[in-house]
Amino acid sequence: MLRTLRQRITLTDIFIWVIGLAIAGVVIWGTIRTLELGQYSGSTWLDLTIKGLALGGVYALIAMGYTMVYGILKMINFAHSEVFMSGPFTTVFVALGLSNSGFLDKQPIISLLIMTLVSAGISTTIAILLERLCYRPLRSAPRLVPLITAIGASFFLQYAFKGVFGSGVYGYPEIKSLEQSWTFGGIQIYETQLVVIFGAIAMMLVLFGIVQWTKIGKAMRAVSEDKEAAELMGINVDRIIVFTFALGGASAGVAGILYTLLFPVVNFFMGFFPGIKAFTAAVLGGIGNVPGAFLGSIILGLLESIGPNLFLTGLGVPSPSQLKDAIAFIVLVLILIFRPTGILGERISQDKA
Amino acid sequence: MSKRLLVFVSILMIASIVLSACGQAAATYTCTDSIGCVKIGPTDPIHIAYLLVVSGPNSALGIDSRNGVEIAIADAGGKILGHDIKFDGEDGGCSADGGQAAGTKLASDSTIVAVIGTSCSSEARAAEPLLSAAGFVTISSSNTAPDLTDPTNPNHYPGYFRTAHNDIIQGAAAADFVYNFLGLRKAATIHDGSLYADKLQAVFADNFTKLGGTVTLQTSVTIGQTDMSSVLASIASGSPELIYFPIFLPEGAFLIDQARTTPGLENTKLMGADGLYSPDVMQSAGAAVEGFMVSSPLVQGAAYDAFVAKYVAKFGEQPINIFHAHAYDGFNIVKAAIEKVAVQESDGTIYIPRQALRDAMAATKDFKGLTGVLTCNVDGDCANPIIGVYEYHAGQYPPTLIWPTEYIK
Repeated sequence: MLRTLRQRITLTDIFIWVIGLAIAGVVIWGTIRTLELGQYSGSTWLDLTIKGLALGGVYALIAMGYTMVYGILKMINFAHSEVFMSGPFTTVFVALGLSNSGFLDKQPIISLLIMTLVSAGISTTIAILLERLCYRPLRSAPRLVPLITAIGASFFLQYAFKGVFGSGVYGYPEIKSLEQSWTFGGIQIYETQLVVIFGAIAMMLVLFGIVQWTKIGKAMRAVSEDKEAAELMGINVDRIIVFTFALGGASAGVAGILYTLLFPVVNFFMGFFPGIKAFTAAVLGGIGNVPGAFLGSIILGLLESIGPNLFLTGLGVPSPSQLKDAIAFIVLVLILIFRPTGILGERISQDKA
Repeated sequence: MSKRLLVFVSILMIASIVLSACGQAAATYTCTDSIGCVKIGPTDPIHIAYLLVVSGPNSALGIDSRNGVEIAIADAGGKILGHDIKFDGEDGGCSADGGQAAGTKLASDSTIVAVIGTSCSSEARAAEPLLSAAGFVTISSSNTAPDLTDPTNPNHYPGYFRTAHNDIIQGAAAADFVYNFLGLRKAATIHDGSLYADKLQAVFADNFTKLGGTVTLQTSVTIGQTDMSSVLASIASGSPELIYFPIFLPEGAFLIDQARTTPGLENTKLMGADGLYSPDVMQSAGAAVEGFMVSSPLVQGAAYDAFVAKYVAKFGEQPINIFHAHAYDGFNIVKAAIEKVAVQESDGTIYIPRQALRDAMAATKDFKGLTGVLTCNVDGDCANPIIGVYEYHAGQYPPTLIWPTEYIK
């Protein structure tokens, strides 16, 4: 009995568990201390929560692209952050045009729809081109090859956009009718935040619906279960893969517009951090799993927004917000220690490991 | 085979002896300067390089300085001591690694006499050791971090000068403005980890506390950060009346935009410094920019107005930033020093002893520039600044001067 236990638990496991528990202990201790200090009021926490939810919603839409492509190709598309950047970065010129002509103020909803469609269209095009030019020729190559290609494609896209549009920043015009805010129980909620949260949820539902209840969604799930068998059943695998990339691209394009509602400045490098964060969120939720990516993104958004002040203020860290990325990644490490498949990743890992 | 080789080698040797003899005959000047001389042949140009931020979100800062130098070169007729001026350079990107890369490139070019730059203090911290070791003189139009001209500080290097103000002055002026003019008593500061921002907010906080004000929090953001909600929440918990963030773009724009949607900060005044005096602030912060204030050097006078007219004629727009006149003065100080120390041969060859050039720069006294009457000290400070505070209004650039009131036209 003791021997089998010793065989099952190695020294490394114990070491990792100790590290994990130590980090968790520091987090809990910091939280208790912060709440004892009472430096922040309840409405501050609520405000941060809403901002975190909005950020998480944007991450979720980007994470869709990572997780769906992984589900089908078992490949991490690192160029997805540039698919995300291409949409809003190009659309800024459309938005400025709409604003200068006065159309944006007269018809804000139609303008926002136009911007979303343009952004989604461009991101989708880039995603399809990526698949066609960079990944399809390498489909039978070892798994590392498309991964390296993805990184190369990411750099290529970044610097191509830098070359075309320059390395400066562009600001999105204000949408005046979204300036409204309401006060609920001491906190202010801005219309932009609501648009982002509900926009993200709506887009998520559309994606989930496509994957779960349409014929092509069924085919996607079939390809993700077993590519060869799906092909034998008459499914055109190439078409399904293109469709998956297109869907991921469209959702990244929509995410781009929602992101610029929160942070209305774009430049060629804007995709990098949200891309990395969304990828983290996808792993957090269990990569390959659509609801998991959503859950992981919301958790990550909340952690980034609330985490630094909640965990670190009580520990006396002078500028907690500088460590917000560190917090996001430490949580990822914790999840991977205690639940290596991610939050909802169990089923996937059993099926495909 | 070996015989032929021997013949070839001996021909080479004879040729080299003859050639070197010729060389010796022409040279009457022997360089005795402790760090060497730049020799400029009769038809060679005098090479002055720039190391400025000319691309990216802060490019207005560097391009504006470069424009100032180009006007100075045009005013000099494109020549120093009858030699053409070769003016080119490298982009420093307003970051330490950009400064290091550009500094390495420039330091390897021994024809360079002087470098106009850098734009940002972080660039200077990385590039200055290289440029100083290469023997160049550097004169910056916009570095303001106190470290760079503090002889006890490791970031101070010989051969470094600046026509921009020292932030010891700017930070004190900003604190004076906030405490005495605005009458505010509680402020918070944010820096971004760059040499410039970190030092400037520290000087501001020191002076503000000395005047009797309270600094509720001194905190920081990271370069590249977009979501400022957590840092703004920690600031809001101390409920300051003003937030001072002397940082750059695009982080500054994100702070301006997000501060007004942070509970408790809706009416808090926001203030930056010269790093955020740029048309791109308008571009990226949009309507939220209304009421945002920046401290910045104040340059006025008839000579300056004439300069601006030249600027508009040459570049087709109003000056895009604030350090064009400083760059103009910087170039002219270098030019005057070169003219003072250069040794001219009868055939037109000139020698510029490098240490003597540094000494001549440091001895600059009562130099009548656009930015005032300038006197350099050995540590490198040449400026004689007046600091003004400007307020942004949406859709209107440049921002309006609001302090000191006696300079408002």
